[in-house]
Amino acid sequence: MTDVSNRNQLAYIAAQASDARVNVEFETEGMTLNLGPQHPATHGTLRVIVKLDGERVLRADPMMGYMHRGYEKLAEVRTYPQVTTLVNRIDWLGSFANEVPFILAAERLMEVEAPPRAQWIRTILFELSRIANVILFLGDMGVQLGAVTPVFFAFRDREFVLNQIEAVTGGRFHPNFDRIGGLKDDIPKGWTEETTGVLGRIRTFCDEMEDLVTGNEIFQARTRGIGVIPAEVGLAYGLSGANIRGSGVDWDLRRDGGVGLAHDQVDWKVWTHPDGDSFSRYWVRLQEVREACGIIEQLLGGIPSGPVMAKVPRIIKVPAGEAYVETENPLGVMGYYVVSKGDLVPFRVKIRSASFSNISITPWVLEGAYVPDVVSILASLYFILGDIDR
Amino acid sequence: MSSPDTNLDEVSEGHEPVADPARDAIVASLADQLGDGLVASEVLAGTDVWVRVTTDSWLATATVLRDTCGMAYFNFLSAIDWMPSPFGRDMDAQVDLVGADESQVDPEPMTWGVTGGATRFQMIARVHDPVCHIGVTVKADLDADDPRVDSWMPVYPGADWHEREAWEMFGITIVGHPNLVNLYLPSQFEGNPLRKDYPLLARRVKPWPGIVDVEAMPGDGDGDAADEGGEGS
Repeated sequence: MTDVSNRNQLAYIAAQASDARVNVEFETEGMTLNLGPQHPATHGTLRVIVKLDGERVLRADPMMGYMHRGYEKLAEVRTYPQVTTLVNRIDWLGSFANEVPFILAAERLMEVEAPPRAQWIRTILFELSRIANVILFLGDMGVQLGAVTPVFFAFRDREFVLNQIEAVTGGRFHPNFDRIGGLKDDIPKGWTEETTGVLGRIRTFCDEMEDLVTGNEIFQARTRGIGVIPAEVGLAYGLSGANIRGSGVDWDLRRDGGVGLAHDQVDWKVWTHPDGDSFSRYWVRLQEVREACGIIEQLLGGIPSGPVMAKVPRIIKVPAGEAYVETENPLGVMGYYVVSKGDLVPFRVKIRSASFSNISITPWVLEGAYVPDVVSILASLYFILGDIDR
Repeated sequence: MSSPDTNLDEVSEGHEPVADPARDAIVASLADQLGDGLVASEVLAGTDVWVRVTTDSWLATATVLRDTCGMAYFNFLSAIDWMPSPFGRDMDAQVDLVGADESQVDPEPMTWGVTGGATRFQMIARVHDPVCHIGVTVKADLDADDPRVDSWMPVYPGADWHEREAWEMFGITIVGHPNLVNLYLPSQFEGNPLRKDYPLLARRVKPWPGIVDVEAMPGDGDGDAADEGGEGS
């Protein structure tokens, strides 16, 4: 009897020991996943180093700088009109919108105001670049989550918008059209009618997105409740644009900024969504494209007549001073802090770009997320690498 | 443009000296809570407000702005190097190309911008009130030889990357920052590129052709010389 019990006891001890040994041998340890720099979800070359425990993210570290071009330094050796060429390349999907806040800052320092016609055309081009930028997001959001069709629609319909931008400015991507005191040129004949036609296409595109993506069960499952950012966290991290409006903050510089654009001349609405998840950010952007169509349509109907250029000296010297002007760009709040010492060139230009702040929240929001959701969250925060790295 | 705050802005954008009670109140509450920490302030009625604080009250300023003034939104943080560039003021000052080696010839006197300054480096940050739509620019003078300042991260966690950028670009030590490593630059990079005495190598290698391309004003006599220069480059 004792033998048996001894045997039992020994067997038990042996089992324990082997269990312990197995536990030592199969000890789980964190894994480091290197997302990017060449990942489809990174819109360029953002590299995210993700430390994983199984499928769960313990810590995410975005690494930037693969595309840092040093615009703040370069702007210090370029004249004011030359800087717009540089800043065009910051957010390359909505380039015209990059020029506007810089020009407005220079105009504030020079105490010049663009004529009404220039302001209206500026606003139309500003909103057209928003459409060109954001519809690519809408298509891309589907691709990230496995639906390939929307992005073809997005590229197809974006081309119509780019054609309109090209017809006015001569450049599809980099218009370089905004000038201190107005615009380089007037709009061509017949352009307003064509643009109205394009807006119809964009509205159809939005409906297609609703059909294809928004109501899709998989899409909903992958985005609802994923990557929730509470409003106060988003504000403390400097989130802006649709990201913060998707967290229920009713703040849009087009309405609240009071800078020299014509948004206050037309009737439109700021969309917000209370959830703060990936879906709400997508949804707010979808509504904003529709809203932008409405803004452009109203503006096209009432462009005031007159010149498109105010009287400014041929060689522009900006008086000494400091000005910070920010506008609601496609990606969020973009601002330029311009320090002038009365020279041909700015003394210092601090570029506050939207994606830089939008992406700075990723370590916070990715912590505790699951690997498949990382893509959903990154895609919904929507960044352009040029806008992060500048 | 339906909210009352923007209407206020519109009204006060005229040229007559109008009071700006909302922005004055921010300066007043900062002066109240910081005491001597507030060095200077400037209100551009209806448009903007700047405050300059001491380095020691840098973090306290953030706390007051967030908790008392409702500045929940962190906008940006950076720095300014007020030293005039030893390589010339404008790009048309060709001293940077000729006298590249014996730099720092005789620097012009340092001048500061809005709310003044005292030293070479100035911290600059901006926060925003997303309800009343008012932004405040905060500045602080830093020690020229050993620029260091407290981190804003305890108050605004979004300051993280902005402070790392200020650290690598200007060499400003951020006290209390948990992860002060290079953000953009390679880890072995030497120097602080946004300092004014850091040369822009591209300009050293090749002179800027733009200056000879500037067309002369109509009626200027020396227009031909400039044109010829433009074609030659």
